[in-house]
Order: sequence, then C-alpha cells, then structure tokens
Amino acid sequence: MHLQLEYCLILAAALFCIGIYGLITSRNAVRVLMSIELLLNAVNLNLMGFSNFLDPVGIKGQVFAVFVITVAAAEAAVGLAIILAIYRNRDTIDMEQFNLLKW
Amino acid sequence: MNLAEGVQVVSFGVLSLMVLGTALGVVLLSNIVYSAFLLGGVFISISGIYILLNADFVAAAQILVYVGAVNVLILFAIMLVNKNEDFSELPRRWIRKAATGLVCVGLFALLSTMVLITPWAIAPQPEIPLANTIVTIGKHLFSDFLLPFEIASVLLLMAMVGAIILARRDFIPELPVEEPIATALTLPERPRELIKSEK
Repeated sequence: MHLQLEYCLILAAALFCIGIYGLITSRNAVRVLMSIELLLNAVNLNLMGFSNFLDPVGIKGQVFAVFVITVAAAEAAVGLAIILAIYRNRDTIDMEQFNLLKW
Repeated sequence: MNLAEGVQVVSFGVLSLMVLGTALGVVLLSNIVYSAFLLGGVFISISGIYILLNADFVAAAQILVYVGAVNVLILFAIMLVNKNEDFSELPRRWIRKAATGLVCVGLFALLSTMVLITPWAIAPQPEIPLANTIVTIGKHLFSDFLLPFEIASVLLLMAMVGAIILARRDFIPELPVEEPIATALTLPERPRELIKSEK
C-alpha cells in the first residue's frame, strides 16, 4: 500500500471546502482571514502532491508553493491592516454590518 | 523519505486527521482565540505532510512563515480589535448556513470524483530521492523563475508600505486657533480641521 496522489488531492479538497464554509458563514472579520489562509494551504497541498508524484526530479511545484507562501504572507498583512482600519471607522468587526458598498 | 510504506501511510492518515480536525475547529469554534491557536495546529500538521512528500525546505518555510509570522500577526490583530461583541441575531441565518454547507459538500463530492476518475500521469519515482531540494529550488529561482522571484520582492515591499499606511493612526496635533502669521515660510496648505473651524 503506497502513499498515493489521490490521498493528497482528496485531503486538499476537504480542506478547501472547510475553508470555503468558514469564509462564507463566519461573521468575525478575523476569522474570514483565517479561512482564506486555509484555502491557500489547501492549494499548496495540491501543488506539493503534484510536485512529488508527477515531477519528482524537477520539483517545480515546490517553487510554486514558495511563491504562494510569499503571496499569502503579503495578503495576511494587508488584510489585517484593512480590518484594523474598518474597525476604527465602524467600531465593529461584524461582517454583516460592513455594508458600505450596498446599493 | 526512507520510511517503510506502511509507516508513511499511517503517518499520513494521522496527519490528515489532525489537519481536518483543527481546520473544523478553526471554522466552528466560537472563541476566536482558540481558532487562532488551532490555525497554528493546521499549519504544523500540513508541514508534516510536506515532509512526507519529500519537501523539507518548503516544510521549514511553512513553519517559519505561517506559524512564525502569519499566525502571530493574526493573534496581534485579535488583540488590537479586542472586542467581545455579541453579534445581533439575523433572521433566517440557518438557511444561509445550510445552503453553504450543502454547496461545500457538493463541491467536495465533485472534486473527489474528479480526482478519482482522472488517470494521472504518475511519473516513476526515482530510486534515490532528491538529496538536496534546496539546491534544486535555488537553481529554479535563479534561472527559469527569476522574473517571478524579483517581482515577489517588489510585491513584499508594496505589501509592507500598504499595510503601514492602512494601519497607521492619523494623528492631528492640537494647533493654536489664532491665525498663524503668514511669512515667506508658511505653507499654503492647512490641515482639514482648521479650515472647518473657520466657517
């Protein structure tokens, strides 16, 4: 019984679905950011699985994963700064009350 | 990895159970601080899976960047927006939750069937696994991925400047109300507060 590519992909799919559920249903703005991190990690897991099983010599998938980690760190910093700014303006972190763009 | 096949499969199972359990905790727990610490658990177990997949450098980078930087950043944000507010109850919120759960389960079913029926072009594993992944990643970064590498540095700089500007507290000092004496060195611009008070 080998470690197979399908295990990795199914685990990543499950993590992605959990992240999407948290992204849509959570009302705390910080928790939304955490769910986005879960989504990015699921994609990274896919990339590492493909890198190990489809391209074990070139390992280009690991380079992609390093870039995704970079972008995720930048996204977390900017997202948390935006949440701080909104919190100072509206004095709440409830996602349901961030309706400034409602037409 | 030089582990036996059974050891690999069993440790993969344990790690994936940890990943799924802590991820569900992140999403479902009501206390946001517990969620933040469980998020660190997700990152650490995912880095264990990376080690099983022969990616030692990315596993180390995952722990350094995610647990060391992103998780600490999220904890700081929780401290800064330190507010235990009771969210007002919304009518028919459970319909939204149920619909989202249904869509997520459907998406998972779709993805799993796609994964299981696709014939993947599995490459034969080399006899000796890649001894030094850092050297290979470095060669990639400085040959065929040179442009994305340089753009990533610009992106990090932009993110740093943007985060500082967004999170900075605007401090307007209390200026004296009387008309400042106009000299040659007086700037024509004034702070917004002063103009408003003159009306």
